[in-house]
Amino acid sequence: MAEHHAGEDGFVQPAHFAFDAESEAAIAPILAKYPPSRQASAVIPLLYVVQKQMQRTADSRWVPRAAMDTVAVRLGMPPIRVYEVATFYFMFNTKPVGKFHLQLCTTTPCWLRGSDDMVAACKSATGIAHFGETSADGLFTMTEVECVGACVNAPILQVNDDFYEDMDAKLTMDLIAALKRGEIPPRGSMIGRQTSAPVGGPTTLTTLDSPPAE
Amino acid sequence: MAKVTVDGIEVEIANGSSVLQAAEAAGKEIPRFCYHERLSIAGNCRMCLVEIEKMPKPVASCGQPVGDGMVIKTDTEMVRKARRGVMEFLLINHPLDCPICDQGGECDLQDQAMGYGSDHSRYTENKRAVKDKNLGPLVKTVMTRCIQCTRCIRFATEIAGVPELGATARGETMEVGTYVEKALTSELSGNLIDICPVGALTSKPYAFVARPWELKKTDGIDVLDAVGANIRIDARGPEVLRILPRLNEDVNEEWLADKSRFAVDGLKRRRLDSCWVRRDGKLHKATWPEAFDAIAGKLRGLDGSRIGAVAGNLADAESMFALKELFAALGSPNLDCRQDGAAADATRRDFYTFNTSIAGIEEADALLLIGTNPRHEAPLINARIRKRTQGARFPIAAIGAPADLTYKVEWLGDSPSLLADGSLAFLQVLRDAKKPMVIVGQGALARPDGASVLAAVWKLAESVGILLPDWHGFNVLHIAAARVGALDLGFLSGKALPEMLGGGVDLLWLLGADEFDTAKIGADTFVVYQGHHGDRGAARADVILPGAAYTEKNGTYVNTEGRVQRSLLATHPPGEAREDWKIVRAFSERVGKKLPYDSIEALRARLEQANPVFARLDILPRFGISDTTGPAGDATALGSAPFAPFVQNYYQTDPISRASPTMAECTESVRATLAVAAE
Repeated sequence: MAEHHAGEDGFVQPAHFAFDAESEAAIAPILAKYPPSRQASAVIPLLYVVQKQMQRTADSRWVPRAAMDTVAVRLGMPPIRVYEVATFYFMFNTKPVGKFHLQLCTTTPCWLRGSDDMVAACKSATGIAHFGETSADGLFTMTEVECVGACVNAPILQVNDDFYEDMDAKLTMDLIAALKRGEIPPRGSMIGRQTSAPVGGPTTLTTLDSPPAE
Repeated sequence: MAKVTVDGIEVEIANGSSVLQAAEAAGKEIPRFCYHERLSIAGNCRMCLVEIEKMPKPVASCGQPVGDGMVIKTDTEMVRKARRGVMEFLLINHPLDCPICDQGGECDLQDQAMGYGSDHSRYTENKRAVKDKNLGPLVKTVMTRCIQCTRCIRFATEIAGVPELGATARGETMEVGTYVEKALTSELSGNLIDICPVGALTSKPYAFVARPWELKKTDGIDVLDAVGANIRIDARGPEVLRILPRLNEDVNEEWLADKSRFAVDGLKRRRLDSCWVRRDGKLHKATWPEAFDAIAGKLRGLDGSRIGAVAGNLADAESMFALKELFAALGSPNLDCRQDGAAADATRRDFYTFNTSIAGIEEADALLLIGTNPRHEAPLINARIRKRTQGARFPIAAIGAPADLTYKVEWLGDSPSLLADGSLAFLQVLRDAKKPMVIVGQGALARPDGASVLAAVWKLAESVGILLPDWHGFNVLHIAAARVGALDLGFLSGKALPEMLGGGVDLLWLLGADEFDTAKIGADTFVVYQGHHGDRGAARADVILPGAAYTEKNGTYVNTEGRVQRSLLATHPPGEAREDWKIVRAFSERVGKKLPYDSIEALRARLEQANPVFARLDILPRFGISDTTGPAGDATALGSAPFAPFVQNYYQTDPISRASPTMAECTESVRATLAVAAE
């Protein structure tokens, strides 16, 4: 099963995959959560560990087939059960992606708050024509995702694991320019909002219930 | 028990049953695609929707447990409308290729569409197309036809025990397959074809061969292993086109092993269709009288002790019995039915049968396998053992060469000395069990110390309480379909096969015997080969008498349990070939020892006289055991050679499967898989 070939999608599946020391450190506490006969429950966390390791070692967050087989062996489950999980969730990439995986939420709240502008800015800044493609420089892959659960600060652009919130066209251009320069801007709201509080600061509960004693 | 009303009919049904089962109990047929009574419930096709009072929406009856007092309606406007809707969705992506689909005429979707389909489609978008998968030489895939019922996935995982099929991706891009390209590594893969409700999985060798309504269907018994699976032989004209399983809960349930199903194309190749006589070292075509003359000429003046007969693994009881009587008339006691030399003590029936019975496996609570790989020797029995492992705890240990049996086995080692080792921890497990069983295979018996092994296994069984007044846990797993029948009718006396070889007899009559080294036959021994395939035996023969294969004769077979079953003639033997008992009967007249029967009924009556078990068709009474005296053999004289696998290549074990191109392809496919795995 360890053949080395460029698949029909034009990418190479690595022949081998082994967890490195950092991954092993992450795996141990995950496996400890499940009883010995139920280790298969750890399949999703382990696939995340795989993606993180691929990001560290290959600058591409994806799950090669060899890694799925490794996970299957580690958890004592048939490989096909791992393939099923890895292909079901779009959080797992089954083919290589760019160094920065741009995950653009276009579900209703983000769309109402201008995700179309964000998408257009992403396309023009990276030169990517369609969702699912990777930029010519190999830095960016753009994916359209369903709601990522941060609607309060819509629209959301998720870069790898980090949410960049309250995006608009200009902020998107700036973010991508910064990523291209090799900078990683701080995640969170891009307009200075405190977590998900109202823009410009809190509007309620600004004072204590009772006036301070004189 | 819960009392429910189905369409006004009151039925009582066990708690925990599904609404669908309740409807069936009331005689109402519920359409279904994903539901299968032998698989887990998936509930994803939605075709089995019914209306239940006090429930606001249609309910999938396969997954809904019954409740006391439930009022179920299976044929209301709401139900019909819901099912029509489901059908419309199913047909959105299903291609309209019924005219070129092999499932046509026996397709669940086609049938249900007659009841719930619309006469036109409202769907104008592009249909989904799915790439076909390569599942090996037996199962052809047209995955665009798949309606994603997941029956195949559940069958592979639950019944076959090879979790290799799965549903990858999701939504519109969901596909059923192996994800990585590979052939299925199961001996039961042909059953996927039967359980697929549409034409997504069909038979590769049978592709575009025939339509079901063209076929003549005959009930038969499979002889390619000793399970005695009940089969349906589908023939068109003189040709057997396919073999399907027939339901028999006690034997094969509704499954069939791949060899039994797909070796059918071997019935058309390398057939013996006329007599041959060797003159000047070369075989020449001959007529029946010429062939008989040649044998009779050789027999003249020969003493009975100088002739012998060997019965092959596929022989029917009638022909063996006729041959036995012929040899008795010729004054010869030399009969052997064991080409492999397996030890057998025919003095008591339970010494050589599978006494627990196949269905009985499901009652057992501990199992010890000795020198057997049931996955290759009897895939259907292996499936039954696996079925048992899916339920309550069922500890299994094995003495023999380790192999993947599709369930968890504790391998104790492969040395025969383990049989005498009282310190094995597993013996305590057997002692603690209420219904323990032991299965001893041909790998343990077909060796020089076979009789000792048999005696030692019996002794072990007795010492751990396997032989009880109400439970017989001693089982011999045979591979040859003819073996138990042959032992029942006494086809084992006088010289054994090794003594007949090397000039031990002057005339050797092989009744379809091809599974021994024919080079060991003495150079001056005159060999008569009576059989249906030009295999090893025919190559050595001096006279060839063309016989009938199992689909071409009415025959009685006794399976490894000792179950007597009858197979019916589906097609006639090719050319000059004749049913085997008739050949023996005709020859007996030629040598003036006319056997006293002219019809198979008369023969059978005599056979039943000789051993009354032959009168007990299909039924297998189960016995406990009161007399625990063991079979003959010195239990202490065990050899030191380890138990080796008996079946080297599951797909080619007899003349029919060796002649089958499909089985050759399977052999090649397995070899390729092993080569990749070894890398």
